Amino acid sequence: MNKCLFYSAAVLGLAASLQSLSAADLVGKVTLKGTAPAELAMTTVNADKVCGKMHDQPVFTRHYVVGQGSGLGNVFVYVTAGVDAKSVPPAAEKAPEILDQKGCLYYPYVMGIRTGQKLTIKNSDPVLHNVHSQPKENKEFNFAQPLQNQESEKSFTVPEVLVKMKCDVHNWMFAYIGVVDHPYFAVTDKDGNFKISGLPPGKYTVEAVHMKAGKKSAEVTMAADGGKAAFELEAPAAAK
Amino acid sequence: MQSGKSQAWLTRFLFLNAILTFFLVSLGGKVTSMGVGMSVPDWPQSYGYNMFFFPFDKWLGPGAGGVFFEHSHRLLASLVGLFSIIAALWVAFAETRFWMKVMAFLALFSVAFQGLLGGLRVVLDKYNLGMEFGLTHATFAQLFFSLVCALVLFRSNWWRNASPHPRAASLRPWILATCCIIFVQLTVAATMRHQHAGLAVTDFPLAYGKIIPSISPAAIASYNSSRIEISDSNPITASAVVLHMIHRLLALVIVGLIATCALKSRSILGSSHKITVYNFLWLGLVALQFCLGIATVLTGKSADIATAHVAVGSLTLMTGALLSMGCYRITSPRTALNLRPAPRMQSASSQLA
Ligand SMILES: [Cu+2]
Repeated sequence: MNKCLFYSAAVLGLAASLQSLSAADLVGKVTLKGTAPAELAMTTVNADKVCGKMHDQPVFTRHYVVGQGSGLGNVFVYVTAGVDAKSVPPAAEKAPEILDQKGCLYYPYVMGIRTGQKLTIKNSDPVLHNVHSQPKENKEFNFAQPLQNQESEKSFTVPEVLVKMKCDVHNWMFAYIGVVDHPYFAVTDKDGNFKISGLPPGKYTVEAVHMKAGKKSAEVTMAADGGKAAFELEAPAAAK
Repeated sequence: MQSGKSQAWLTRFLFLNAILTFFLVSLGGKVTSMGVGMSVPDWPQSYGYNMFFFPFDKWLGPGAGGVFFEHSHRLLASLVGLFSIIAALWVAFAETRFWMKVMAFLALFSVAFQGLLGGLRVVLDKYNLGMEFGLTHATFAQLFFSLVCALVLFRSNWWRNASPHPRAASLRPWILATCCIIFVQLTVAATMRHQHAGLAVTDFPLAYGKIIPSISPAAIASYNSSRIEISDSNPITASAVVLHMIHRLLALVIVGLIATCALKSRSILGSSHKITVYNFLWLGLVALQFCLGIATVLTGKSADIATAHVAVGSLTLMTGALLSMGCYRITSPRTALNLRPAPRMQSASSQLA
């Protein structure tokens, strides 16, 4: 009997905590208005003696990833105002984010990270890459990873959206990192959907940033059961 | 004074150094066109190695990528440095003209300074000074190349035996002014290239469909969002668009000026005079350069075309600089008074010059 009571309490407790977790999710979608310019075939990648071998399909640029319902991928969405700094868990508790170099391309193309959180930079290729950050606020780094499966750890100290990463050996390799001083950020998936978890109830300003289509911000009210936000970014005018 | 034979070899050696310098400038242009200036992030070492013992597979191997161009540029620069040391010493011993010795040592100090600028461009990149130093390095390279070529001109029989032509005095300011404008043009060009923003204006002959493109913030944002680039991913800025338009405008001015110089030279000196011949060659070079500039835009700044544009640009400046000096030679009062011609050279050197 006691045992039974204990189990049901545990199940109830778990359900309640799950609900409080999902209750504080900010979910939404970023869409692109208009038609995105066509991506370019990166023939230099396919033609490269080492990098080309790792691709049996033509490689294309990744500027506009547009999915279902005009959803725009690779958009960095983050809270710009309203976060209570004291309620934020320390960055050290978060697992390191991973930036991988694979087939002479960066994965992910766009990512987010907290200040002070570790960034693991990995070279999955059997070829030398140099990892060159090009920040405006943070300290720049530029080092080489000559060995396959080599890993290095770096971090950023100052919030900065977005920091460009590049490889000078392969002039087509770029990645973008959004650095913020709290955990409330996300990158949209291929259909433009995002989810920022664990955001307490309150009023916030949220911004969506895309490298090409610019940025838009919105005022969002988080209730106890979560919140919603939608952003519409604009594609360039077709006429040129 | 050494024998005529050894004198001829000195001229040949200076000529060889000029050719190597041309390749060095072109290779430097290639490094910038490809945006691989930082592919070897340390200096004077290369990935921690002494640069002369940098492993072959990292330099020439299939995975070298941009490292090949950057490291080759450094090695070729060392060779030109070594040749410039030999040239300065050789000139010091073999030349009778004091100012010629000064020029040879000036070339030596220039190449050392150039090496330092190139190194600082790499080392100071992390303080966001890579662009400033890269730009200075690129601009100074043009002057160095002209200086190295001038040494060959001063060794030529034409220079030693030039006959005075006082009427050419009216031609002199035209060539000199054109030359200065070309230098300004090359500085503008180097700035455009070292911004690593790719083409600030992507169409030709119009600019974003207009004669004068808009540089309002909204227009700049739309240029950036409609641009799909593979490399050169710095965003376009308003100043980059303005610079690009200045470059186009100056190109037209320079073509007009060189054509004027060529026609003036023909009417003053006659069509068979060396100055006139080289003036028309200069016109041919700038016409080629104009076409390469258009091709750079239409190919979306293909690295090979952009590099050719840099190389022919340096030839255009050099030809102008040498023509200015040649013009000075035939109009200077010293030439007019020079009744005793300098000793004749061996025929080999006249072929080279
Ligand atoms: Cu790489």
